[in-house]
Amino acid sequence: METINLFITTNMLDLFQYGFAIRGLEAGIIIGLIAPLIGIFLVLRRYSLIADTLAHVSLAGISIGFLLEINPILTAMVSTILSSVVIERLRISKKIYGESALAIFLSGSLALAVVLISLAHGFNVGLLNYLFGSIVTVSQTDLYIIGALGVVVMMVIFIFYKELVFITFDEESAQVNGIPTRFINTCLIVLAALTVSLSIPIVGVLLISALMVIPVVTALQFRRSFIRTIMIAELVSLFSVVVGIFSSFYLDLSTGGTIVLVSLFVFGVSLAIRRR
Amino acid sequence: MPVDHTNNIIEVEGVSFAYNENLVLENVYLNIHKGDYLGIIGPNGGGKTTLIKIMLRLLSSSKGTIKMFGQDIHDFKEWSRIGYVPQKVINFDVNFPATVFEVVAMGRYGKLGLFKSLTKEDKRIINEALRQVEMYGFRDRIIGDLSGGQQQRIFIARALAGQPEVIFLDEPMAGVDVMAQDQFYQLLKRLNRELELTLVFVSHDIEAVVNEVTEIAFVNRSLSYDNNPKNFSKGDLEKLYGDNKFIHHHKHA
Repeated sequence: METINLFITTNMLDLFQYGFAIRGLEAGIIIGLIAPLIGIFLVLRRYSLIADTLAHVSLAGISIGFLLEINPILTAMVSTILSSVVIERLRISKKIYGESALAIFLSGSLALAVVLISLAHGFNVGLLNYLFGSIVTVSQTDLYIIGALGVVVMMVIFIFYKELVFITFDEESAQVNGIPTRFINTCLIVLAALTVSLSIPIVGVLLISALMVIPVVTALQFRRSFIRTIMIAELVSLFSVVVGIFSSFYLDLSTGGTIVLVSLFVFGVSLAIRRR
Repeated sequence: MPVDHTNNIIEVEGVSFAYNENLVLENVYLNIHKGDYLGIIGPNGGGKTTLIKIMLRLLSSSKGTIKMFGQDIHDFKEWSRIGYVPQKVINFDVNFPATVFEVVAMGRYGKLGLFKSLTKEDKRIINEALRQVEMYGFRDRIIGDLSGGQQQRIFIARALAGQPEVIFLDEPMAGVDVMAQDQFYQLLKRLNRELELTLVFVSHDIEAVVNEVTEIAFVNRSLSYDNNPKNFSKGDLEKLYGDNKFIHHHKHA
């Protein structure tokens, strides 16, 4: 028995012998912290799809990065932030429906990405990692970028917390009360864009929105106060990220996919608990 | 309480509003005085909600001017003097994760300004607002778990928490059962008389409103005003509404 225990512990600690794995874990924890923080406001405003849309936009950004040989996270960031501002403008102007704006950007940027990829006659393995996430992708520079901007995202949410809650609950009353709704809305969508671009190396373009949405929807099952709901979502998200990264490392599975499956499992459990 | 009709809080002068070239309001004049309990009535689609949304700067008029506390609405900054109870009960998310306390606290946010969090004094005011509407015991409950009437009182408490001088209520009885409506009218009367709050109450339920308010404005594209609601006799109402019904049927035919 003791030998087995010893075997497991030494094996579990293997992960810490690899620099890339530690970087992956650290980046994953930061992403795990900020994704539900943004996600709760998007989910409650029925705006979950924006995460998916921005993820596809970021793919176009990544392609540009590959083509120009710039850090793809940076090009992804610039493209998602610019698009998020344009999407918000379109939504306010009411020239087209909000969902239509999302659909246009989603398919448009995917088209751009595919064309850019074919221009470069296909990229190397790197691209697959960006699509589905892998802890191998996280470079030391990436980690610095993720760390610094992760702190920025958390701070902005902290500073505008009460305004964000008010606008999410009742935008009209918030506006009557003199809350700068347009500014706060733009802030939120830019933060969403930032979070999406930062999450790419870990969970990948196609799975980002899951990390922003699933922990929040899980937490909502418990019907608690806003602040408690955030805390539950944070726990679910961190649990999914850590368990997901460890299992993907030891079982040699896709990192992003494993993280999302773990979070889905927790969501399933929360549904079952609520049923009872 | 005798209403001081010399102290104008809100002055609407010659306001018109068109929506897609459809004239919704035409040359509307209205003075709201301190201490008024004004009922704005009229048929659905007659422009009541549009009128208060213009006064709340949620919409801007195509013609005319509005003064809030003597200032042009576009220069007016003291929005915490205004409370708003939206037509919410029927269209808010019952799964929204917020306690009653968290919802009422929102009423303080405009006053607090950016970068500041709730102080002890803010919390005292929030609790006081909850006691005013007799919902203090529910402060830790989730808002979506309350009945329509209780939720509506929470929205009143949220408006009260901002310590406003005027509260606008847009069809507050929608989704509230008859018993609760009665209590609700009593609460409004108390706020108007005891706290000397000015109330602007939008409703399509003319008969109920006529018995409660101290002045009345009938809006159906144009506005007619009376500071004695009892003057709106049944005959008048039938005429006003009958007319409109006729127009309505005519249009749809």
